[in-house]
Amino acid sequence: MKEFERITVKRMTKRFGDRDAVHDFSLEFFRGEFVTFLGPSGCGKSTALNCITGLIPITSGEIFIDDECIDDSRNKVPPEKREFGMVFQNYALFPHLTVYENVAFGLKLRRFPRAEVERKVGEALKLVHLEGYAAKYPTQMSGGEQQRVAIARCIVLEPRLLLLDEPLSNLDAKLRVELRYELKALHERLKVTTIYVTHDQTEALALSDRIVVLKSGRIQQVGSPVDIFSNPANLFVADFVGYKNAWRTTIDSLNETPEGLSARIRVQGSAIEARLPYPEGDPRRLGLVEAFKAGSPVRTAIRPEDIDVGSFPGMNALRCIADLVEYQGHASQVSASFGDSGGERVRVDLRATAPIREGETVEAAIDPGKILLFPEAPDEAAANDAGAAPGRKGRKPKGRVS
Amino acid sequence: MRGSARSGAFILLIPAIVFIVLLFVYPFAYGLYLSLTTADGAFSLGNYIRFFTDGRDLRTIWTTLSIAVPITFINVGLAVPFAYYMRRGVRGERIITFFLIVPITLGTVLVSEGMLSYMGPNGWLNQLLIALHLAKDPVRFTHNYLGVVISLGLQGFPYAFLMLLGYVSGISPDLEKASQMLGASRIQTFWKVLFPLMVPGIAISFCLNFVMAFSVFPSAVLLGQPSGPTRVIAIASYQWAFEKFNFNAASAISMIMAAIELLVISIVLVWRSRMYRGVSVVGKG
Ligand SMILES: Nc1ncnc2c1ncn2[C@@H]1O[C@H](COP(=O)(O)OP(=O)(O)OP(=O)(O)O)[C@@H](O)[C@H]1O
Ligand SMILES: [Mg+2]
Repeated sequence: MKEFERITVKRMTKRFGDRDAVHDFSLEFFRGEFVTFLGPSGCGKSTALNCITGLIPITSGEIFIDDECIDDSRNKVPPEKREFGMVFQNYALFPHLTVYENVAFGLKLRRFPRAEVERKVGEALKLVHLEGYAAKYPTQMSGGEQQRVAIARCIVLEPRLLLLDEPLSNLDAKLRVELRYELKALHERLKVTTIYVTHDQTEALALSDRIVVLKSGRIQQVGSPVDIFSNPANLFVADFVGYKNAWRTTIDSLNETPEGLSARIRVQGSAIEARLPYPEGDPRRLGLVEAFKAGSPVRTAIRPEDIDVGSFPGMNALRCIADLVEYQGHASQVSASFGDSGGERVRVDLRATAPIREGETVEAAIDPGKILLFPEAPDEAAANDAGAAPGRKGRKPKGRVS
Repeated sequence: MRGSARSGAFILLIPAIVFIVLLFVYPFAYGLYLSLTTADGAFSLGNYIRFFTDGRDLRTIWTTLSIAVPITFINVGLAVPFAYYMRRGVRGERIITFFLIVPITLGTVLVSEGMLSYMGPNGWLNQLLIALHLAKDPVRFTHNYLGVVISLGLQGFPYAFLMLLGYVSGISPDLEKASQMLGASRIQTFWKVLFPLMVPGIAISFCLNFVMAFSVFPSAVLLGQPSGPTRVIAIASYQWAFEKFNFNAASAISMIMAAIELLVISIVLVWRSRMYRGVSVVGKG
């Protein structure tokens, strides 16, 4: 099998009808890497994956393995010649074949001698802890076992690239965590280049070397898990990795320093100060400076767990009323609201470890370094009018203004 | 609790059981009784012995098989590739399906009469063949073996095709993709994945087509030569019953027909279980 250094996808686009399911997708994958495509349902993750395998033809763009072009949107190396392996969302095991025959399928096509097929299948089944299952049929197995057969069926061929399309999404929560560890251990052991598709940020953060966040077929951000988690490139990514509290406001004053910005905003009468670690040249910084000059709206992004609950003097203090409390064991998820008397109240999501009752007044404060600000994109402004902007979904605050 | 739930379910089954007994079991048992007796009710194997010793009647088995077996293979053999190519739908599928269903809805007699005029010596098919210089003299499509076979094709192919189409389009496209990703070419994918999964459907449609063709009667009379080359077994039975008014002999021939059909069906089912072991162990889902 030919080794490679990198797989390069250049400006790949896939059009269905008049919509691009994947738009202008460019990315490099390095050998041994674990890359995750993260995004909501329908954002084009599976389509991107299928385009890379060659299972669906691309509309435009190119794919290279090192210098060899395997797809230029007119001619392509067929999927069966690419030596990629794929695990499907529903596993796609052959129901008329036993576990052994499923795993041996690709080896037999490659005309390995019988003894070698037996040895390799045995090893692969051992790797996924399925010794003793060889004679069973897929329909006699649980979802988790089937998923492991699907993985064994791929890795037994030692693929150059392993593609996994939401392999854990059909499993229950406990099994999902277990198999996630196994996948991680397997990747450490085999070091096979992997592309993993998921809509679950926890999975993405736990497994990946790099995460690619997608929205409507477009790449939003590519970065390490830490990058994506603490330094999202835009409001969409922020919302997707758990930032809530997307309050719409304008910037009152803005100070630029080489390492970042410090901004003052006002949300329903409450003055808030934010220190943004956006270095010079960061597009987010340029966007905010522009928004400040134009006086156009910006949005905050603050994690519920970054809001300190309790009595704090001074900076960025908010006096909220708890509208809804959802007990979650080690902490409670609280949907509260604050605002001027008479004015519209602003919903705030926070987490509290101390017990809080609904209707209670809660003192909260936000560390200025934990607030992110993003200029509002035009389509978000439109979405805002429709009441579907990020951070606004879910339950509306109860109108408990007394 | 369990017992009462079971007897409740049993009560619901009663209408179906009564229906089956009245419609199938009783006539069959009565036919079997008739076939094993003489006209005055005494037990006798004479009806069977007579059939197997009368050369003219015995030959009908061979005549019928030589019509039914080839056309069943042709119908199912054609239906498999057609169903395969249309598994993800094609343009004009509705029109194709419509034209396939027409012969089924029109019924054997109408189709036979249509064939008699269109495919007869002066029908448009022969005129076309002559105009295109594909034939010098009119080709005989009717009143012979060929006529019966063509009519069974028109009647049987749509059944086989529609049934198999249901089977293939029910196979998840991901299985094909998975096979491709494992290195199989299109042809390998067909033979190693799709065909084995189609086997149950192929077996069922083969059985139905065979039974339909083996019991052929109207088209053998209308389009064939019922006195000789297409004197099928059903004609023999009919003649004993309604020309010689010997219902005992006719019943015996019907029983022999049923036995041959059962034999062929068992052969097909054995083939199917050889080919498709998966189904015998499918427990859930
Ligand atoms: N064969 C197709 N024909 C037309 N549109 C398609 C086709 N396949 C996908 N799409 C569209 O392309 C978009 C992306 O689909 P895709 O299956 O890649 O989403 P996804 O990110 O994998 O979603 P999920 O998480 O639900 O699997 C969707 O809007 C879908 O409707
Ligand atoms: Mg998908």
